Amino acid sequence: MSTTVNRVGLPRDAYKGAATTLCAGCGHNSITNHMIKALYELGVEPHLLAKMSGIGCSSKTPAYFVETAHGFNGVHGRMPALTTGAHLANRQLIMLGVSGDGDTASIGLGQYMHMIRRNVDCTYIIEDNGTYGLTKGQFSATADLGSVQKKGAVNTFQPIDPCAVALALGCSFVARSFSGDGKQVVPLIKAAIAHRGTAILDIISPCVTFNDHDGSTKSYSWVKDHEESIADVSFIPFFEEVHVDYEPGTVREVRLHDGSHIVLKKLGEDHDPTDRGAAIKVIEEGRAEGHLVTGLLYVDTEMSDFASTEQIPERPLKDLGEDDLRLTREDFAQFMSEFA
Amino acid sequence: MTDPIVNDLTIQAATVNGSGSQTANLVLTRAIFHMGIPVAPKNVFPSNIEGLPTWYQLRITPEGHMARSDKVDVLVAFNVATWREDLKTVRQGGVVVHEEAFSTADARTDVTYYAVPFAKLAKSKIQSDTLRKQLANMIYVGVVAGVLGIPWESIEHAVRRQFLAKPKAVPVNLDAIKVGFDYWQDNFSKQDPYRLQPMTGVVEGKVLVEGNQAAALGALMGGVTVVAWYPITPSSSLCEYVIAYSDRFRTGSNNGEKRISVVQAEDELAAVGMAIGAGWAGARAMTSTSGPGISLMAEFSGLAYYAEVPVVIFDIQRIGPSTGLPTRTSQGDLAFVYTLSHGDTKHLVLLPGTVEECYEFARDAFDYSDRFQTPVFVLSDLDLGMNLWMTPEFKYPEKPFDRGKVLTKDDLEKLAGDWGRYRDVDGDGVTFRTLPGTDHPAAGYFTRGSGHDEMARYTEGADAYARNMDRLTRKLETARHALPGPVIDESGQKVGLIAFGSTHAAVVEAREAVSVDYLRVRALPLSDDVARFVARHERVYIVEQNRDGQLFDLVRLALPPELVDRVRSIRHYNGQPIPAAAIIEPLSSQEMVPA
Repeated sequence: MSTTVNRVGLPRDAYKGAATTLCAGCGHNSITNHMIKALYELGVEPHLLAKMSGIGCSSKTPAYFVETAHGFNGVHGRMPALTTGAHLANRQLIMLGVSGDGDTASIGLGQYMHMIRRNVDCTYIIEDNGTYGLTKGQFSATADLGSVQKKGAVNTFQPIDPCAVALALGCSFVARSFSGDGKQVVPLIKAAIAHRGTAILDIISPCVTFNDHDGSTKSYSWVKDHEESIADVSFIPFFEEVHVDYEPGTVREVRLHDGSHIVLKKLGEDHDPTDRGAAIKVIEEGRAEGHLVTGLLYVDTEMSDFASTEQIPERPLKDLGEDDLRLTREDFAQFMSEFA
Repeated sequence: MTDPIVNDLTIQAATVNGSGSQTANLVLTRAIFHMGIPVAPKNVFPSNIEGLPTWYQLRITPEGHMARSDKVDVLVAFNVATWREDLKTVRQGGVVVHEEAFSTADARTDVTYYAVPFAKLAKSKIQSDTLRKQLANMIYVGVVAGVLGIPWESIEHAVRRQFLAKPKAVPVNLDAIKVGFDYWQDNFSKQDPYRLQPMTGVVEGKVLVEGNQAAALGALMGGVTVVAWYPITPSSSLCEYVIAYSDRFRTGSNNGEKRISVVQAEDELAAVGMAIGAGWAGARAMTSTSGPGISLMAEFSGLAYYAEVPVVIFDIQRIGPSTGLPTRTSQGDLAFVYTLSHGDTKHLVLLPGTVEECYEFARDAFDYSDRFQTPVFVLSDLDLGMNLWMTPEFKYPEKPFDRGKVLTKDDLEKLAGDWGRYRDVDGDGVTFRTLPGTDHPAAGYFTRGSGHDEMARYTEGADAYARNMDRLTRKLETARHALPGPVIDESGQKVGLIAFGSTHAAVVEAREAVSVDYLRVRALPLSDDVARFVARHERVYIVEQNRDGQLFDLVRLALPPELVDRVRSIRHYNGQPIPAAAIIEPLSSQEMVPA
C-alpha cells in the first residue's frame, strides 16, 4: 500500500501527536487537527518546528501534534519571552506558539504586547474560549460584557480583544477565525507561518464543558450564528504556482516574504488587509452590530522582524564557537592594557 | 609639625550628584595609581539623577588594602548642603580643602583648612560656559595634587587615560586642573603631614577594573550570545558594558552583523524568560539584575531548574528588603537565590570575591550551566560590581567551551534513536539533551515545568516524580564537587574566619591585626571543606554583609551536630562596604588574638 506523502516526503501521520486529554468536542481539538493539516500541506520539516506554549488547556495542545518536533510548555503567560529567546538562539526554527485567552489577555498581556512590538518572527495562536477551563469555568478577560457563566453569573467587564490590541500596536499580521471553520483556519495558519514577523491568529474555540450554553458569546451556536467572514481566504505556498481564476476586481492577493500568496475573495464590502485603520474599523463595527468578524484583518509584509532588526546572522547564534565569540589574544591583551 | 604621613591616607570628596564630579574623582584616582601607589576607591552615590549629595572615598595604603575605611584624612568639601556633617568625619589632624565661601568661623580647629574660591576660579578661569560646571570639579583635582604632591606627569597620564575615547577633552581638563594646581602653589604653604610619593612593588602588572566590567568581559569570553535584561541599579552597567564591548568585538566590520543579541526586555520576568528560551534552543544566554528583579525571576528560575535548561543569572546585590537602598551594597540575597522559586528548588550559586573572579566566574558560569543543564547564579554586589578595584590582569582562557551532554544527529544515529531526555545514563544525575533543529526523527522531546518521566512525557505518577527529584539531587551533588572550591589560608590557628564575596577585602586587612585562619566560600551548595575547616578550629566566625547571618545558617545546616556550637556570626549591614574594623573589633573583644 502506498502512502501519500508531502513535499518533504512525510505522510500526514508524521504530523500527529500524543492523544488529546482535552474534553470530547473541545474546540482546541479541532484546531489541533487544522494545525496538522496545515503543517502537513506546507511540508514543514518537524525538526525545524518549535512548538511553544504557556499554561492552560490551550497550552497542552502542542503535545497533540507533530510529536517528533521539539516543544516547550513554559509558565503561565510567558510563552512570548521563551519564544523570543529561542528564536534569537536559532532563527532557522519555525516558532509556533499556542496560547489561550487567559494566558494571553490576562496574565500574559504584557509579554504579548511586547512580542508584537518587537515583531518576533512567530505564529501566535490564541485558542480563545472566554473562560478558564482547567480551573473550572471562571471568566477570562476576553469574555464579552454581559456574557453569562454556566452557573448564571453575568460578566460585568469590557472584554480585551487580542486582535484590537494587536492592531493598535501595529502588529504585522492579525487574523481571527473560528475553530469550526477549517476552510478558513487552515489557510490562515499557513499564511501565519509563511509570514515573517509576529502573526496573531485569534481563534474562537468553544469550551464544551464550561462555556457552551445559552447566554455565552463563545458558544458553538452563538459563533455559528454571528460569524461574519470579511473574505474567503486561500493560501498558495511558494512551491505551488499561482493560479487564480476569478472575476477581475473580486480578489486581492498578498505576496508574502517567502513567495507564498494569500488570495482573498471578496464577500460583502471590500476590505483592504493592508489598511490598519480599516481593520480596526471593521472590528469595531462588527462589535457594535453584534457580529464576530473573521478573516485576515491586517498584514504588513514589509516590517522588519526582530532578528533582522537585531542584525544577527542567518547562521544560528547557538552554532557559533570560540573563534566567533572570544576576543582574539591580541584584542584581549590590548583591551586589558586599556585598564592600566 | 608632626612626622610626614606618606602614601597612607583616605581622601573623601563630598560633591553634588550629576555635577561631573565622578570624572574628577577618577582622574585623581588614576593619577595616584600612576605613581605606583595602591588605590581603593568607593563611590557612595544617591538614587538620584542630579542634586543629591554624593561622596567618593579614595583609600590609599602602601600595602594595597582594598576595603573601605571609615576614617577620613583629607576632605574635599564641595557640597554646601553636607559640608558641616562632612567636617565631622575628618580625623583629628586631618585636612579640609573647601570652598572659600563655606565659613569656618565656628568650625573645629583640630584640622588644617585650605580655603579655595572654587566658584570664583571657575567663573574667571574657565572660558567655556557650557563646560564650566563640569570642569569646576577638575579644579579640586589640581588643588589636591598640590596639597599631596602629585607630579604633573601623573595628572597628564590620568587625564589622557580618562578621555581615551575623547582626546579632544584632554587639554580643557588639564587647563582646569592647572587652575587649581597653580592656585595652590601661589597661595598656600604646606601645613599638614600628608604626602604622596611614587613607589614600587605593589601595583606593577595591575589594572583598575569594575566588577561589572570584569563580568561583562567574562560573559563575552564565555561565549554568551543572547543577553536579555531590564535596567536596575547596580546591575545595569554590566549589560551596558556587554553592549559596548560587543559593539567593539562582536560586530562584523563589513556588514554590521552582530554575533550577539542584547535585548532590553519589558521587565525581569521577560528578561529571564528570553534567556531561558535561548538556553533551551542551545545558545549561551544570560540576564543580569539585582534584588527586586531576582524576586520577579523566581517563577522562571523554578522552570529552568525543573525542566533543566541552562541559563546564567547575575545578581548584583543591593540592600533590601523591597526597594531598600538602591545604591547601597549588601550580601542579603544569598539564601533567597539559593532556593529561588517554590517547591524543592535548589540552584548552583557562584560567589566571586574579587574582580578577577567576577571575570572568571562569569566566563565559567556558562560551562557549569551547560554541563549541569541548570541555572547558574553569579552573586556579585554593588561594592564589587560598581567600584574600581586593583587587580592583576585577567588571563586568556586556554580551555574550549564545555557544552555538556548534547546529542547531535550523528550521536542519535549511533544510538539508533534510543535515548531519553531525563534518563540518567551515567549515574551522575546529568542527562543528555538535544537541541531544537537537530535533524533526526528521535531528537524532539517536550520540555515542561509539569511532572515528567525519563522520556519527557507528562506524568503525575508518584514514583516517576520522586525518581526525578532524587536524580536532581544527585545532579546537584555532582555539581557541588565540580564548582570552585573554597580558598583556604591556614596556619594552625585556634580561630578561623569564613567569608564570601566582597567581604574578602575586609578579611584580608583584618588578618593583619588578628591571627586567624581563613576559608573563603566560592560556591553553593557548600563544599565538604567547610565542615572540615570548622572541625579543625575551636571557633569559627562567619563574616557577612546581611542582617540575618545567611551564610552562617547555611554553614550550620552543613555541620554535624557536635560542630554546630563552634560557629559564631559577625554581620555588617548598613549598606556601606564592610570595613576591616567591623571584623577586628568583635574578634578582638571575643578572642584576644592579636597578630
